[in-house]
Amino acid sequence: MDHQAPNQESLLDRLRPHIPWGLTTPREERGRSIILVTAGALLDVLRASRDHLGLDMLLDLTAWDRMPALPRFEVVYLLGRAGAADRLTVKAQVDGEPPRLPTATGLYRAAVFPEREVYDMFGLVFDGHPDLRRILMPDDWEGHPLRRDFSLFEEPVEFHGHAPKVPSEIIPYFPTGSGSGSGGAAPPGTGSDAGDLPPSGEAPGWGRQPPVDRPSGPDTERK
Amino acid sequence: MTPSGAGSGLTPSAAAAPGSAGPEVLTLNVGPQHPGTHGVLRVVVELEGEIIRRATPEIGYLHTGIEKQMEARTYLQNVTLVDRIEYLASYNEEMAFYQAVERLLGVEPPPRARAIRILMCELNRIGSHLMYLAAGTLDLNVSSVFMYAMTDREKYLDLSEMLSGQRMMPGYFRPGGVAMDLPEGFVEAARAFLEELPRRLDEYERLLDDNLIWRERLEGIAPLSREDAIALGATGPVLRGSGVAHDCRTLLPYGGYDEYRFDVPVRTEGDAYARYLVRMEEMRQSRRIALQVLDRLPDGPIIVNDRKIALPPRAELARSMEAVIHQFKLVSEGLHPPAGDSYVATESPRGEKGYFIVSDGSNRPVRAHVRAPSFYNLQALPAMVEGHLLSDLVVAIASIDIVLGDVDR
Repeated sequence: MDHQAPNQESLLDRLRPHIPWGLTTPREERGRSIILVTAGALLDVLRASRDHLGLDMLLDLTAWDRMPALPRFEVVYLLGRAGAADRLTVKAQVDGEPPRLPTATGLYRAAVFPEREVYDMFGLVFDGHPDLRRILMPDDWEGHPLRRDFSLFEEPVEFHGHAPKVPSEIIPYFPTGSGSGSGGAAPPGTGSDAGDLPPSGEAPGWGRQPPVDRPSGPDTERK
Repeated sequence: MTPSGAGSGLTPSAAAAPGSAGPEVLTLNVGPQHPGTHGVLRVVVELEGEIIRRATPEIGYLHTGIEKQMEARTYLQNVTLVDRIEYLASYNEEMAFYQAVERLLGVEPPPRARAIRILMCELNRIGSHLMYLAAGTLDLNVSSVFMYAMTDREKYLDLSEMLSGQRMMPGYFRPGGVAMDLPEGFVEAARAFLEELPRRLDEYERLLDDNLIWRERLEGIAPLSREDAIALGATGPVLRGSGVAHDCRTLLPYGGYDEYRFDVPVRTEGDAYARYLVRMEEMRQSRRIALQVLDRLPDGPIIVNDRKIALPPRAELARSMEAVIHQFKLVSEGLHPPAGDSYVATESPRGEKGYFIVSDGSNRPVRAHVRAPSFYNLQALPAMVEGHLLSDLVVAIASIDIVLGDVDR
């Protein structure tokens, strides 16, 4: 299953002279070339990959919440080359509230949509993004659903005999004191939806209520 | 950070300031309820007369939080959700999902399972492209080809039903193999479908390629340059229609595709007609792969013989307590892939589809992200339509072959 392109082996080595190597952690894993970079070196690595390795496609950009580990978020860039098998995964870990990274849209135009999605889902702010607003969730949605402390819930509907359930008590609930919080307010100094969000507290939007039968009370996770 | 000068490199739609001076601009919402958008897609277009000055896709109307839901379900339960993402190509979707899971687990399905998977993926690709043909022709009111293509797609759906019991959302693949062996008569039925196919495709091409209206509505319409296609992350027939021979089945062979011979059709025109031609040829190539599978379908098991991954055979449950325990553990708890992340690029009918799965060693993914080809292909839509007629918008959307379940997830 692990079919590798012949030159995939040397991809990281070829990248080495062009980037601040000390700020990165390269490794080969299950047939993938992965390089973990600091937030400061991210754009340098992306630019070097594009200019010196010919990785002209941003095939995927996503993130995941490493909670409770720190730094909390890991953003994953998958670079590729059109018509070739070269693949490089660039990862950057970032913390803070809101977490911030420089945008890759100046290097890869394909980053416009996925960076909006990562902002939408994780509250990660990409500095310099031309149009950073929600893409999948409604504009007035509060919180960032793919954070681990944003628990799945069911919207109460007015059917007779309907008791809203929480389908996934399985997703661990982390109290907001643990340095996370689902980030109700839009990040300062960003796009258009920063203005009209209430700062925090009970969220009136979309008529959502905290689930009724949640046992251990605090509805802070649905802020 | 250096200011990255992002504004310059963007599509005009995202960068231009509204209300720039000039002639009167009409802002029009196309969708989200519109027959030409193939789902709940909304495109905000700014018109100058009939010319589109800016087009901004607004998505999310079909967002069902599948990636979030997947974190709450075991790997085996997740296949139900996975099927519903790119619902016209569920077998390909399952293929992508299980490739990533199997990469984490470090298992490989036995040869017969690999062959069956490829067979179903290629039949599904034919079915999906037939759906493109049907929807794309109906958009231009070529309704006879719509009827014919749907008739043929029906035959693929019958095959799917014969195999998995489902016409769509089959849930047929399993970690390390497939759920059941091919039913009796399936090989013959699949062969009959494939033998019939080229004659039908020739007929469609005669109906369409000799049709002046079809040609005029597609040739030179919705152009996408090679540079734009690459920069905007387009894959699949959109990228191959713009002159890049980029197909994950040949570039990064997965699941046993390197055992089969096929060509990757490429056109350099970059217009809607090129994408149509690429898909027509892809159906022929998919048929070629499927026939090769049928010709040398290996015998043997259809799922790995690892009780931590695959359910024990039914017969064993009556005799072996061990098997009962394994069955119970697998059904109640599921698999436990080792910690780590994985991504395997696969080629769905719409382009590169891959699952980025992060496991912490538990029976549920910490993160399951879908690299959705329609999501990235949609980014190329403004580049295709800006500066062109409004009526070309529908052709452009159809030529992307968009699946909104794939865009919004």
